[in-house]
Amino acid sequence: MASKRRYRGIDQLSARDKIVVALMVVVPTLLVLWLVWLPAIGSVLLSFTNWDGIGPLSGIKSVGLQNYRDIATIYPPFWPAIQHNLIWLAVMFFIATPLGMLFAILVDRGVAGTRFYQTSIYLPVVLSLALIGFIWQLIYSRDQGLLNAITGGTTDWYGDPDVNLWAALVAATWRHSGYIMLLYLAGLKGVDPSLREAAKIDGASETTTFFRVVFPVMRPINIIVLVVTFIESLRAFDLVWVINKGRNGLELISTLVTQNVVGEASRIGFGSALATIMLAISSVLVFIYLRIAMKED
Amino acid sequence: MTRPSNEAEYLARMVPPSVRGVDRRTLLRGALGVGALLGAGGLAACGSSDGGGTGVPTGAVTGTVTVGSNQSDAVPKAAVQAYMDAFQKANSGTTVKINTVDHNSFQENINNYLQGSPDDVFTWFAGYRMQFFAEKGLAGDISDVWANITGMSDALKKASTGADGKQYFVPMTNYPWAVFYRKSVFQEKGYEVPKTLDDLNALGAQMKKDGLDPIAFGDKDGWPAMGTFDQINLRVNGYDFHVSLMAGKEDWTNPKVKKVFDTWAGILPLHQSDSLGRTWQEAAQSLQQKKSGMYVLGSFLAQQFTKGAEQDDLDFFGFPEIDSTIGTDAVEAPIDGYMMSARPKNEPAAKKLLQYISQPEAQLLALKADPSVIATNDKADTSGYTALQKKSAEFVKSAKSITQFMDRDTRPDFASTVMIPAIQSFIKNPKDIDGLCTSIQAQKKSIFGS
Repeated sequence: MASKRRYRGIDQLSARDKIVVALMVVVPTLLVLWLVWLPAIGSVLLSFTNWDGIGPLSGIKSVGLQNYRDIATIYPPFWPAIQHNLIWLAVMFFIATPLGMLFAILVDRGVAGTRFYQTSIYLPVVLSLALIGFIWQLIYSRDQGLLNAITGGTTDWYGDPDVNLWAALVAATWRHSGYIMLLYLAGLKGVDPSLREAAKIDGASETTTFFRVVFPVMRPINIIVLVVTFIESLRAFDLVWVINKGRNGLELISTLVTQNVVGEASRIGFGSALATIMLAISSVLVFIYLRIAMKED
Repeated sequence: MTRPSNEAEYLARMVPPSVRGVDRRTLLRGALGVGALLGAGGLAACGSSDGGGTGVPTGAVTGTVTVGSNQSDAVPKAAVQAYMDAFQKANSGTTVKINTVDHNSFQENINNYLQGSPDDVFTWFAGYRMQFFAEKGLAGDISDVWANITGMSDALKKASTGADGKQYFVPMTNYPWAVFYRKSVFQEKGYEVPKTLDDLNALGAQMKKDGLDPIAFGDKDGWPAMGTFDQINLRVNGYDFHVSLMAGKEDWTNPKVKKVFDTWAGILPLHQSDSLGRTWQEAAQSLQQKKSGMYVLGSFLAQQFTKGAEQDDLDFFGFPEIDSTIGTDAVEAPIDGYMMSARPKNEPAAKKLLQYISQPEAQLLALKADPSVIATNDKADTSGYTALQKKSAEFVKSAKSITQFMDRDTRPDFASTVMIPAIQSFIKNPKDIDGLCTSIQAQKKSIFGS
């Protein structure tokens, strides 16, 4: 039962407790500052310079907004990259995620060989990236690939800039839907069976039961799935990078950042400007999402 | 960290990082987290840096000398081990410690590596990038080693020299870029090696009639097509223009550059189509399977051919003449070798090792593993060479001037972030040469101006 003693503020704590509390506040704060805010602010500041990653801080020269001007005007891959990121987000949202949810529902209903399907759909999530790149190379290669061998076509799946984004999206969907399926399956298993029974007794069809009863009950999972989809789409990088380092029709903002910052190029200033743009776009989307989530609560 | 072996080394470590400078930058990188954020980071091994004596020791050297190697494939790795072991044997009391890093990671992390705690000696290439490191103070001056080097041509010495006139690089092996073909295919169909661009066009037309793709082509990775640009520019405009274009001294909107793209557009129909989805290995295999007739690539292409009869069937010729006033005496032959870091821990042993690397014995040990390259030292015994190696050696020797490769002859940021997308967009749409050159020029001005 609750104690009658009134809480008298921090003075009530012993010296040791105070230290513990202080550490519990200070250490995570420092970590967040060091690992999140400092790099973020550092990138923003660096985006106004032309630093090449070599030499001391004092050698950094400010170039004002030149990096941003260059990106918008004379850097050909930038606008395609923005467009591709938006397409990526849309496909994940409207195709990959619903597909994953559908798989979860089917597996949950217990079709024959459930375990087999469950495992094979989830497998792509577990595979290493190098292996995934290799698997799809075997399928998509123009001269030696499975797809062209079966269909007898000569489509250049990875090289034709009109096709390769969609080819990559198929691979991304393959991976993403398995992940969503697992998340959603866990949620479905947690739904109280009596709810479904009640709906059945009331004469609701399977579809109605799902959309009117199960789906609303699963709100927490739905939000998680939404957030995961969102984050995964904005971070989309790895698959495209294994395919062709994000060039020739597969430009994404994240690959442009990497091309400029990592590696021999070392255009740290220019790359930071791209990263800042990516940060700004993500912030807008995160802001909208938070508004919606908060309002519903 | 290694344990300090003597008092001086111990005291050197007492210097706070802020004074030493190197570690402050490491700290800074951590703080900005750009590298860490993207998962590229610690490549450098642990170690401290302090100066040593100068001059190449004539007597015995002792201690441990560390070597950073990008030869990560099994066979070349064993070759590195072989000549390092031989060096160790010849200098008892010296231990060579090899840190092998994946080839691509090594190249991508080179900036961080050199600013952290690099090994005493490390693998690198000749050319603009080597000079850039020298200028930034990230490479050690080894002019005194060069004073004792014999058997290296002046061209090689020039390729090892920084902008300040001092030497920073020791060549080990090199290999030519040329037009490769299978002798059996040329014999069977009665093809002649083309001497001029017109010959090449005629030969290409004939090959098409015979159901072959005249020129194998793969540019999925972005860099192989740079080699074709280099070849055509060297034939259309010559060595001097090429070098100054690469150094950023010429405008890309210059009609001379447009002529290069125009010429290329003229022979592009001879190239294998859909090249942007094909790796160079796949393109090389099409040559190997006799589906295409020729391939403009470096001699490392031989790796896609099985050793023995199949490799013996491989032959090459220099890229045909385009302008008779320019000729064909410029050859692209990238040089691989070693450099010394700016502050090696064991300078005497490092210099002795570099000198050893310049000698025929070490180079021949390297060739044993990779027969697609040739030794740079003139005195190296060529009797064990394959036919392809012998021809490569003659071909390189006959050249009046030697270039490295686009991404070694110009700024790497320009090569990778501007030229790769630009050449790929040219391959997609060879019609808009004016627009392409204007776009390259605008980006070049921004990058070289900074």
